[in-house]
Amino acid sequence: MFAAACVLAGAFFFVAGTVGLLRFPDTLSRVHALTKADNLGLGLIVLGLLPLAGSVTEALKLLLIWALVLLAGATAAQLIGAAVQRDEGPPR
Amino acid sequence: VSDSLFDLVLALGLFGAGAATLAARSLFGAVLGFVSTGMIATLAWVRLDAPDVALTEAAIGAAGTAVIILYVASRVSAGTAPPAPPPAALRALAALFSAAVAGLLAFALLHLPEPAPGLAAAVLTELPPTGLGNPVTAVLMAHRALDTLLESAVLVFAVFAIWSMAPDRRWGRAPGPAFASEANGPLAFLARALPPLGIVAGIYIAWVGADAPGGKFQGGAILAAMWVLPWIAGLVAPPLISDRPLRLAIAAGPLVFLAVGLAGMVFAGGFLAYPPALAKPLILLIETAMTVSVAAALACMIAGPPERRPLA
Repeated sequence: MFAAACVLAGAFFFVAGTVGLLRFPDTLSRVHALTKADNLGLGLIVLGLLPLAGSVTEALKLLLIWALVLLAGATAAQLIGAAVQRDEGPPR
Repeated sequence: VSDSLFDLVLALGLFGAGAATLAARSLFGAVLGFVSTGMIATLAWVRLDAPDVALTEAAIGAAGTAVIILYVASRVSAGTAPPAPPPAALRALAALFSAAVAGLLAFALLHLPEPAPGLAAAVLTELPPTGLGNPVTAVLMAHRALDTLLESAVLVFAVFAIWSMAPDRRWGRAPGPAFASEANGPLAFLARALPPLGIVAGIYIAWVGADAPGGKFQGGAILAAMWVLPWIAGLVAPPLISDRPLRLAIAAGPLVFLAVGLAGMVFAGGFLAYPPALAKPLILLIETAMTVSVAAALACMIAGPPERRPLA
């Protein structure tokens, strides 16, 4: 029950992030939409899968995957932000 | 029902991503389509119970190749004259041949006898003499070792080909463009934080290949990424292409493989034959050397020929 609720909530953030990616007008807000999907969406899905993990190592691996995606996502978002600033000037 | 629904979504996604790649208006869009196709293909391989192929697809097909063509695409678009699209007749011919190949494959697949003929049973019965637990690695390293030896040689030739693109005055310099360094930037942080973890993961995946999904190509690709990352962040300069240790690292895999293969002619009665007692250690020796070679060769392929000019 807890698992299903968490995974559904995570899936909701992924859908919302995808809609934002398609609908938002400029690069910075699109990045904003995507990072929500990565951080919260995947975080909730991992949280939901934790009770289903067969062993502690499996659960730790799930958490590690989430941490790595956070690290990569945050870095990519920063780089895209910096590139936007370089190409279009500072945000208004 | 939910499984076949998932497979259907995967199959449609694969077609959709492929179509998006072909229909993309920009080179960049086409590369993104290619990456998406690779990621969906990775999931498809997992669903087909082929985790070894899935790992290779993710590491080399989707990630490694994508970095290389993305770099090429940015170089091509930065050039003065955009490349002319091939003539319509040529494109139609290519589409026709591709459709014919796909159609023939689909026809053959749908008309396979049940159960499909294969050597899987023979591989499984011949698994114990190799001392390995992963039948895929047994095929790669023992039953079809010649194919793998040639594959490893191809990597060396690929690096030759890329290096030979260097202008004469840059021959012997460091590979790739000069990357701007931002000592406290986000990329520099990632290049410092990720490699300790990535190197362990790469070595683990290469090592575990003997008994579980994984192996030299997948692990080597991860190691290559961990090596290239500090180059791109401008933290470390890549070694010169005239650097002897670098060249040795690239050639180590095929050299060790060939040496073991030739020794097999003397001690085990055939080229690439292993003496039964030493099969496992010899395979591990070759795998180790190959991991180093794959990592070094892929890193040099991603960096490209020596140019040392700032990336636009």
